[in-house]
Amino acid sequence: MRVLLLAMLLVSVLPARANEIIGALSQNRVALTANFSGSEILLFGAIRRDPLEAYFEDPTENRPFDVVVVIEGPRQTVAVWRKERRAGIWMNTDSVTLTSVPSFYAVATTAPLSDIITPETDREFRISAPQAIDGTQAHETDPQRQVFSEALQRIREQADQYQSLDRFVFLDREILFRANVRLPANLTEGAYTTRMYLVRDGGVVSQFRTAIFVRKDGLERWIYQLAYDHPFLYGLLALAIALIAGWGASALFRFVRSG
Amino acid sequence: MLIYLPIAEISVNALVLLGIGGGVGMLSGMFGVGGGFLITPLLFFIGIPPAVAVATGANQVVASSISGVLAHLRRKTVDLRMGTVLLVGGLIGSTGGIWLFRWLSALGQVDLFVQLAYVLFLGVIGILMLQESLRAWYRSTKPNVPRRKLHKHTWVHSLPLKMKFRVSGLYISVIPPVLVGMAVGVLSAVMGVGGGFIMVPAMIYMLGMPTKVVVGTSLYQIIFVTGYTTVAHAMTSYSVDVLLAFFLIIGGVIGAQIGTQIGVRLKAEQLRILLALLVIAVCIKVALDLLVQPSELYSIRIVGR
Repeated sequence: MRVLLLAMLLVSVLPARANEIIGALSQNRVALTANFSGSEILLFGAIRRDPLEAYFEDPTENRPFDVVVVIEGPRQTVAVWRKERRAGIWMNTDSVTLTSVPSFYAVATTAPLSDIITPETDREFRISAPQAIDGTQAHETDPQRQVFSEALQRIREQADQYQSLDRFVFLDREILFRANVRLPANLTEGAYTTRMYLVRDGGVVSQFRTAIFVRKDGLERWIYQLAYDHPFLYGLLALAIALIAGWGASALFRFVRSG
Repeated sequence: MLIYLPIAEISVNALVLLGIGGGVGMLSGMFGVGGGFLITPLLFFIGIPPAVAVATGANQVVASSISGVLAHLRRKTVDLRMGTVLLVGGLIGSTGGIWLFRWLSALGQVDLFVQLAYVLFLGVIGILMLQESLRAWYRSTKPNVPRRKLHKHTWVHSLPLKMKFRVSGLYISVIPPVLVGMAVGVLSAVMGVGGGFIMVPAMIYMLGMPTKVVVGTSLYQIIFVTGYTTVAHAMTSYSVDVLLAFFLIIGGVIGAQIGTQIGVRLKAEQLRILLALLVIAVCIKVALDLLVQPSELYSIRIVGR
């Protein structure tokens, strides 16, 4: 009885502490340079257990933790086109425009996603790729839209732009976790939001957010900025390079052959 | 060796780009064509967005034409007056073509349009070239067949606004050359080609220009029109990738040198038959892509790019 009183006192005095997830990244900047061929990012972190809960936990009752890690690239508006045969020719006939679609999306988990979170949780936190693509639920009234967003997901999965990485998060003694995610070579510039969820009983217990900043660097950055900020100068530069390279190379060859 | 292209925003193997540039450069050295009509579809095949492929293709044509233009200027085999008339048409056509390109991009039909344009032009040109070169080959084996008349009076000669073109020895209306220039300008903007494959036959058969000034004059027009197209694409759709162009150009100039050496050793008639067959092959390949059911019916386009 005295122990229980003491515990209740502690609960009221100590700051309320729930189970918490704390995460970090091996790098939060990715530079797109001329020889960029993809990048491996290590996402890691720890679970801070609620001390009281850990103390009073019934060891026979098994309520394991799971971790879900999501990396989401900058959102874009995309048009998905479908080809149909018209007069013997395969041509684009229908399209659906999806606003705010992630350019990159990776979901890494400790176990298959459908086993560890409920559909309601998925919808609320927009965790799985279909939720992230079209979380507005507009497709429920429009089956056409559903088909197109599935096609988008399929194409991007083939290009490694969308990745579903079941069991890619390693959880060590319910405290430490880590996951390796490979960012492909064809990245879009921008902030890649990174969410880490601590999951238990199908729901989210705690979440941690950070971001990876992907930007063009060096020559790539210079070219890109010139092309968009001073397009006329850039066009002239492109011309100058073509003229000098074309003329220079043939002059060089003539020189080599004659001398 | 992967390189990241800043405007196309994809990574491609630099050796593939050098290979495409080199292979096409070799053909252009062998046959004396610009090769833009091969570069652009090849860039589509490796996944370069069509807008970037076309704009960068135009830039590459500038590089592959410059040494030819300078050589012809030195040899005085350029009809500057005719070239300028063609150029005026070319600039008008290119401007229209850029608008057409942007409009078709918005409709999502630019790929189809470019492919159909390739099938149509390459098909017609390839067949005409094959027919003509086979006839020339046949004639070269039988020397007694009478020659074609040098000067024929056609509908071209009855149009108004006549002008003297001393280098070509012509006194014709400026309307046909302006129209030819315009057609080539549109092709340059929409297909990323120089358009020599349409301009050269038009100059010989329609305008009746002497063969010796045809190539130099067409190159003179092409370099200005593709140069203009490059800058115009850079300004309207930000789609010229200088890094992509750089690798294509480096491969191209090396390939062209090798091609020229091979070209010298082959007979002109045989070369023309080979080129005609090549043009027809590209045409069939592009046509098959339109006729055979693609494995993925859906495609993604990022809006605003």
